[in-house]
Amino acid sequence: MNFAAIRALVRNDVRLYLTDRRAVIVGVFVPILIAAFFGYVFGGNGRSDEPGKIPIAVVDEDQSGISRAITADLGKESLLTVQVMTRSQAEERVRAGKFQVAAIMPAGFGDAATRALFSGQKRPQVDLLIDPSQSMSSRVVEGVMAQYGMQEITREALSGAAGQAALTESLAAVDSASADEIPERAELKALLEAARKFNSRFSASDGASTSGIRRGLSLPYVIAASSVTSSQSTPYNGYAHSFAGMTVQFILFAGIDAGVLLLLTRERGIWQRIRSAPLRKSQFLFARTLATTLISLFQFALIYTAAILIFGVRISGSVPGFILLAITFCLLNSAFGLMLASIGRSASATRGFAMVVTLLLVMLGGAWVPSFIFPKWLQEASLGAPTRWAVDGLDAVTWRGQGLSAAVLPAIVLGATAAICLATAIWRFRWED
Amino acid sequence: MLSISHLQKRFGHRIAVDDVSFDVAIGETVGLLGPNGAGKTTTLSMISGLSQPDGGTVSFQGQLLDQGASPFKRHVGLVPQDLALYDELSAWANLELFGGLYGLSGKRLADRADDALALVGLADRRGDRVKGFSGGMKRRLNIAGALLHDPELILLDEPTVGVDPQSRNAIFENFIELKRRGKTLLYTTHYMEEAERLCDRVVIIDHGKVIADDTVRGLYHRLPVTGAVVLEFDGPPVSDGVLAGLAALPGISAALRDPKGICLETGDFGAPLASALKQLTGVGLRVTSIRSGRVSLEDVFIALTGHALRDGTVAATKP
Repeated sequence: MNFAAIRALVRNDVRLYLTDRRAVIVGVFVPILIAAFFGYVFGGNGRSDEPGKIPIAVVDEDQSGISRAITADLGKESLLTVQVMTRSQAEERVRAGKFQVAAIMPAGFGDAATRALFSGQKRPQVDLLIDPSQSMSSRVVEGVMAQYGMQEITREALSGAAGQAALTESLAAVDSASADEIPERAELKALLEAARKFNSRFSASDGASTSGIRRGLSLPYVIAASSVTSSQSTPYNGYAHSFAGMTVQFILFAGIDAGVLLLLTRERGIWQRIRSAPLRKSQFLFARTLATTLISLFQFALIYTAAILIFGVRISGSVPGFILLAITFCLLNSAFGLMLASIGRSASATRGFAMVVTLLLVMLGGAWVPSFIFPKWLQEASLGAPTRWAVDGLDAVTWRGQGLSAAVLPAIVLGATAAICLATAIWRFRWED
Repeated sequence: MLSISHLQKRFGHRIAVDDVSFDVAIGETVGLLGPNGAGKTTTLSMISGLSQPDGGTVSFQGQLLDQGASPFKRHVGLVPQDLALYDELSAWANLELFGGLYGLSGKRLADRADDALALVGLADRRGDRVKGFSGGMKRRLNIAGALLHDPELILLDEPTVGVDPQSRNAIFENFIELKRRGKTLLYTTHYMEEAERLCDRVVIIDHGKVIADDTVRGLYHRLPVTGAVVLEFDGPPVSDGVLAGLAALPGISAALRDPKGICLETGDFGAPLASALKQLTGVGLRVTSIRSGRVSLEDVFIALTGHALRDGTVAATKP
């Protein structure tokens, strides 16, 4: 075994990488910048600012006490930014994308809603105008409207003048109905009379009461949401996922560059020099694999150093698992580049083909957007992409705080794929000109 | 001794090297001459182990060449026709790689690299990036890269292609020094003057076949004449018919185009020259200059193959 030759080839490849400033910048700084952007968009480091609010337009054609109260409640809601306007203005602005949703309360909404609370009939309609590209926002607005609508309508029913009138009307309707129509007429009448009496009492106090009922029916519980991460003291860090994705993507790009460089070398006199030396094909391929793996690990380490020092990413799970994943992924990357060089005919055609394959792998791996956003069939299909295992594995040992066992299966998949790529490279590599 | 025996190589239906055999003695410098596409580089590729022969053998000091990490390769240094250098690295870093490929490291490698750089006159540029070197300096570093492991046999594939005359002279000084050190050189070129200046022996190859294998003096003796006269004149180039007519004159063995006129091969500058001048005047050509000289290897090549070494030169010889 010509160890000196292997060492010389590895040292030379590392030298060539380090002297190519463009390669270092593209391979290290660009992924850091892109990961920083995606990480910020997907939640930053969890300590930052309030999330983005949903801009909505409110059209109050009713101008009743209930509709004005609902509008005021919406204005205080932390999830929303509210602006009141006319129906035509709301339609125009939603169409232009300035507002994601417009809620329209029509004339007579307050009265009709109060009556419908007891009768269940002639319920008024609230129109939501939705920007189709922001359909998730309409679900939020529906929920918030339901909450504040019930609160204000029940408040009016139990303490306001419109509620008093609605209760009187409902009592008259119960009186005029036959026992066949309403079998529980006596009980219902007693309930309505009690409610009217309750209403009269609060109307007389004219808002002096601070009773809960005076404020209408509200949600009888509160929701406390908390992120399930590695530990209670560690908030979710959106940068962790984006750094995993971008590291995988740009190291694969470096693998392509290594493969293309080998193809270019074959076209130069340097290839004749290498081939005329007392060197076996296996020694040469081993040296190339080792060199590209070391360069990829260097790149990996620099990107994650920036992620940890600048963006607060933490390896909250198994550090050995993280190292295992880094090594197996870099080995896979090296084997992938070598395979490209062994099956490619020309440098330019190989680069174009490899870029398409890599971008597909990266996309399927969830490097750009998390794979849980994918449809179910695509989530299952993307398990065939080694990049998915790399990204999921890195997620597991960083922000999910999983142990070594969570890294073992991804590492096995990455190692096995690397072995397939290497076997193909050894089989197809043209040693002789 | 390097022994090439019945070497053959095909590329599809085309026979690039056809039963080539020759020997090179230790310390000898042999020129492998032929026009572009004659099979010189393919022959050298097989000798250096770059490509597998379809037939025949190559051996050096009794050791047969194979395609793997043959011990044979440790005795051979190849200077490829294309520059085998990394432009983005320093001269020293390039030599570190090439020495490493032959198992050299540490002080041994450093000493050899120093020696090779000194030989090619680049010792003071060892730390400079190759991209800043002139064409001639790159050619010299290309040669140094083949010398690190102190090979006994050095294969030089057109090592002076594309360099200016001054750099070519410097490179020739390097070869003369290598000869002085007792190295065996096998040198491909299509520059006859280089072969005349450097080689002890010349193997002429054309269409993949060896057509002559002799010393330079021996090759000259194959020509009927050893003199030539160059006639320069105004006007358009002479036609093939005029050349053929001149070649047919008594005492003239060949007539070929020269950049400014024609070259007549003759051992007698009297009657044959007078006949030629008369014939040229007869076709309306006015001779403005007459120069005499000795025939060159180029003339030998033409005499042996019927065509010139380089493209664009047409010759007419006596049938």
